[in-house]
Amino acid sequence: MANDNYVRALVSGRGLPLREDDVDTDRIIPARYMKGVSFEGLGEYVFRDARFDESGKPKSHPFNDPRFAGASVLIVNRNFGCGSSREHAPQALARAGIAAIAGESFAEIFAGNCVSLGLPAVSVSAEGAKELQGMVEADPSLRIEMDLEAKELRAGSRRFPISMPETHRKALVTGLWDSTAELLPGLAAARALAAGLPYLAWARARS
Amino acid sequence: MSANLFDKVWDLHRVGKLPSGRDQLFIGLHLVHEVTSPQAFAMLAERSLPVAFPERTFATSDHIIPTDDQSRPFKDPQAEAMMAALESNAASSRIALFGRSSGRQGIVHVIGPELGLTQPGMTIACGDSHTSTHGALGAIAFGVGTSQVRDLLATQTLAMDRPKVRRISVRGALGKGVGAKDLILFILSRLGVEGGIGYAYEYAGSAVRALGMEARMTLCNMSIEGGARAGYVSPDETTFEYVRGRPFAPAGGDWDRALAFWRSIASGDDASFDDEVELDASEVEPMVTWGTNPGQGIRVSERMPRLSELPSERRAGARAAYAHMGFSEGEPIAGKKISVAFIGSCTNGRISDLREAAAVAKGRRVAAGVRALVVPGSMQVAAQAREEGLDLVFKEAGFDFRLAGCSMCLAMNPDKLEGNQLCASSSNRNFIGRQGSALGRTLLMSPAMVAAAAVSGEVVDSRSF
Repeated sequence: MANDNYVRALVSGRGLPLREDDVDTDRIIPARYMKGVSFEGLGEYVFRDARFDESGKPKSHPFNDPRFAGASVLIVNRNFGCGSSREHAPQALARAGIAAIAGESFAEIFAGNCVSLGLPAVSVSAEGAKELQGMVEADPSLRIEMDLEAKELRAGSRRFPISMPETHRKALVTGLWDSTAELLPGLAAARALAAGLPYLAWARARS
Repeated sequence: MSANLFDKVWDLHRVGKLPSGRDQLFIGLHLVHEVTSPQAFAMLAERSLPVAFPERTFATSDHIIPTDDQSRPFKDPQAEAMMAALESNAASSRIALFGRSSGRQGIVHVIGPELGLTQPGMTIACGDSHTSTHGALGAIAFGVGTSQVRDLLATQTLAMDRPKVRRISVRGALGKGVGAKDLILFILSRLGVEGGIGYAYEYAGSAVRALGMEARMTLCNMSIEGGARAGYVSPDETTFEYVRGRPFAPAGGDWDRALAFWRSIASGDDASFDDEVELDASEVEPMVTWGTNPGQGIRVSERMPRLSELPSERRAGARAAYAHMGFSEGEPIAGKKISVAFIGSCTNGRISDLREAAAVAKGRRVAAGVRALVVPGSMQVAAQAREEGLDLVFKEAGFDFRLAGCSMCLAMNPDKLEGNQLCASSSNRNFIGRQGSALGRTLLMSPAMVAAAAVSGEVVDSRSF
């Protein structure tokens, strides 16, 4: 089942610092830009309201900053991705070129959605996140390597320990993050379990 | 020591351990809506997979539908395309869709309990974070992303790590005119918006036991705002009485079997938890948020916190919140002039919420310059409100009484704030831009408090009405 194309053991690129706690998914992708039956084109609207004013004029924002154009490792702070379960949020980030995220902590549904897309979202210490942001601001060309096998993030001469739920890490390094592929072999067992659930018996009686 | 409800229900639904180390968890009820499902149905089609359990999958439309004119096609072509996709996916997969013609359309977290689909001891999932609402009935209910909606359609299971369980016990009794919305805003103000990461919350204690079912739904609804993966109340007689007689509730001999099952999965007196928090109900008053996350709430009688009073790691966020809100530290929240009042949402769009708001609105007038909206959570809530004459109470007071939907909670339909309007809202999120304007400002509060603000034109303690 493992597919080498799905392995996300090592992700590297330049950094994009986004200094703010509690960044919610409405900020990442406002609901009014989610009107569509696919995720196509969402990258254009990432942080839309924070990046542009009412008249569409660009505001100062890391995603608008030419120094960080083409950067793929987003560096955030505490409780990133809180709020709505919308997968549109990590989809928009991925479609805007983000391949990995490092920060102090992540809201759980968001972190789970990231794994579903093969997008590593790893925790570093609060100080580590701030230090990394400072390093990237000082040198936008800095190459960052996120190594999920060694559980560390390397930037210049610095090494930062990283953590994430072990099951997420395992899914990413082995290429098993396609959860439907992982779950399908268990479908027969799921049917057997369902046959024994008391409430499904009375649900059948009502249908 | 015995297992708590969460662990019992999890074990009952655990199919096995997956190669990644996660548990494969069977989900007894999958609820679907138009925003987070079309991409999942498309992914399923790409893999030529059928829907595994269409009989355990139920759909409705709520996020994008207009609340003034719902005639088809919708005026917004994007909304129409999403609605049409839902209809076509439901039909081709033989999934029940509660549309307008069923008389049962409404916000997914309102209609699940209302129809008796939501029952104690179930596992429930939906592509919406407020799925935690269903925990009010003693179910464990998870909001999930679209890839997981695909997983659910394909296998009716999820790949998940088991969270820890924190019991939040609320001692004593809530005061008169203080309700579940105030309690959850109080809890969020104490435990923070990330305090629940890694946990499911069990709400317990005398103040929670005393809440009716709809109030428990309000409480569990905003568990996600606290960062918790799920929230629930262990079922009791209040729960059983609520479920009895609903369209999908067990009947006849099944009812007694159901009661025995439901009692068996409740948390016992000696249940163990990974963490315990105790709060005192007498500390709760009508609450209002002053900032841009739901944990930034205070009692209506309080002043907004000074930055120096906040923990150092909270100051930058508070400073940014004050800048957006146009408020200053140390100001009272009472007296803030509002221009919009919104009563509705999966948090507070049920009949008890409308009754509470109508009691304040009755015989009064919406203040000049205030736009006031009441959006029932479902067609059945709207019908009940009309039967009780609440629609007339609202209309006579100058509120707009709308058709069912999510509406101005997240502004995916035409109901939006304009410019930097300040909105008293019974919804769940005061995030920047949430209500449809990038400059819009939201004050979260209970339905009674919203009604009081609507008729006063400013934030005021609803207990004075």
